[in-house]
Amino acid sequence: MGKKLESNFTNMVVVLFGVTLIASAAVGYVNELTAEPIQAAKQAKQVNAIRQVIPGEFDNDPSAEAWKVQTADGGELEFYPAKKGGETVGTAVKTYTNSGFGGQVWLMVGFHPDGSIANYSVLEHKETPGLGSKMNVWFTREGKGSIIGKKPGTTGLKVSKDGGDVDAITAATISSRAFLDAVNRAAAALAGDADAASGATQQSK
Amino acid sequence: MNNFKVLTNGLFKENPTFSLLLGMCPTLGVTTSAINGMGMGLATAFVLVMSNLVISLVANIIPDKIRIPSFIVIIAAFVTVVDMCMAAYLTPLHESLGLFIPLIVVNCIVLGRAEAFASKNKAIPSMLDGLGMGLGFTISLTLLGMIREILGSGKAFNYPIFDENYGMLVFVLAPGAFLALGYLIAIVNRIRKTN
Repeated sequence: MGKKLESNFTNMVVVLFGVTLIASAAVGYVNELTAEPIQAAKQAKQVNAIRQVIPGEFDNDPSAEAWKVQTADGGELEFYPAKKGGETVGTAVKTYTNSGFGGQVWLMVGFHPDGSIANYSVLEHKETPGLGSKMNVWFTREGKGSIIGKKPGTTGLKVSKDGGDVDAITAATISSRAFLDAVNRAAAALAGDADAASGATQQSK
Repeated sequence: MNNFKVLTNGLFKENPTFSLLLGMCPTLGVTTSAINGMGMGLATAFVLVMSNLVISLVANIIPDKIRIPSFIVIIAAFVTVVDMCMAAYLTPLHESLGLFIPLIVVNCIVLGRAEAFASKNKAIPSMLDGLGMGLGFTISLTLLGMIREILGSGKAFNYPIFDENYGMLVFVLAPGAFLALGYLIAIVNRIRKTN
C-alpha cells in the first residue's frame, strides 16, 4: 500500500468535502430513480386495500373521489367512495388509532351503504408478533372475533371484556381494543359525515 | 492469507454473529422469521461488499484523522441506496424490516470490517472479505430466524410445519431471541472446539 495522505487542515477539509459531495450525489441520483416506483408501490397497496374491503364491483376510481376529514386529536381520516353507475355501493375508510400496544395502527375499513362492516384490511401496525399481529385475520369472517356484518354506527363496538359482543384476540386485549377503536372512529366519522352532509369538512384530494 | 481463506473466514471461523458477536441489535431484532433474517443478512452483505470495495480504493487518499467520518459517510450512502431500492422493489420485506435497514449504518460489522480489513487491503480481497462476512451474517440470521419461526409459530419460511397454536410464543418475542441465540452460540463453540 502507498503512503497515506497527511492529516493537515487543507487535506482534511478537501477530502471530507469530496467524500460527502460524491456520497450525496449518489444518494440523490438513486432517489430520483426510485421515487416513482416507491410512490407506485404505495399507491398499489392503497388501491388493493380499497378493492379488498369494498363488497362487490364498482366502476369509479375511489381515490379520485376521496375526501378527508380532520379528527379532534389532529389526525386525518380518508374516505374512498365506491360507486357503480353513480350509486354508492360502499365506502372504504382509512382510519387509525393511537392506542395500539405498539403505537399507531392503520386500517382500511369497508362499509356497506347501510353502515355495516363489509371487510377490513390492516395497513400498518407495530403490535407484538404472534399476539396483536393476529388482528389481520382474527376479526375477519373466518376468524374467531368476526366483526363482518356488524353495524357499529355511532355507539361503537366493544370487546366482550368491556361488555361488548366482539371476542378479543387471546392475550391481546389491548390490541383488540385499539383495533375496535380505529373501526369505531371510522364508523362514527362516516355516520356523522352522512348526517351533516356538509361541504365544510370535505376537501377534494 | 489467500483469497479463498479471506472469503471463508467470515463464514465460520470469524462468523460475525457466533464468534465476533458483532451486530447483535439486528440479529435479535429482526429474526422473528427466517425470511426476515435472510433479507436483513443480504442487505447487510450488499452494504459490506460495496463499502469494503470503495473504502479499500480510497483509503490512501483519506487522512488518518478523518477516516472514521469518511467511512461512515460512505457506508451511510450505500445503506440509503439499499433502503430506497428495497422500498421501491421489495415493499413487503421493507415493511417487515422497517427501521432496521437504516440502522445498518451503525452495525458494528460494517465499520469494523472497513477499519480492520478494507482500509489495509487491496480491492479484491476486501470485496471477498465483505462477501464472506456478509454471507456469514446472512447464514446465522437465517438460522436463528428459522429456529425462532419453527419453535414460535410452527412455520419455516412461511411453510406450516405444525399447528400454530402449539408454538411457543416466547420464541417470537424478545426473550426467545436471547435464548435461541445463546444456545446457538454454545453449540457453534462446541463444534469449533472439537474440530
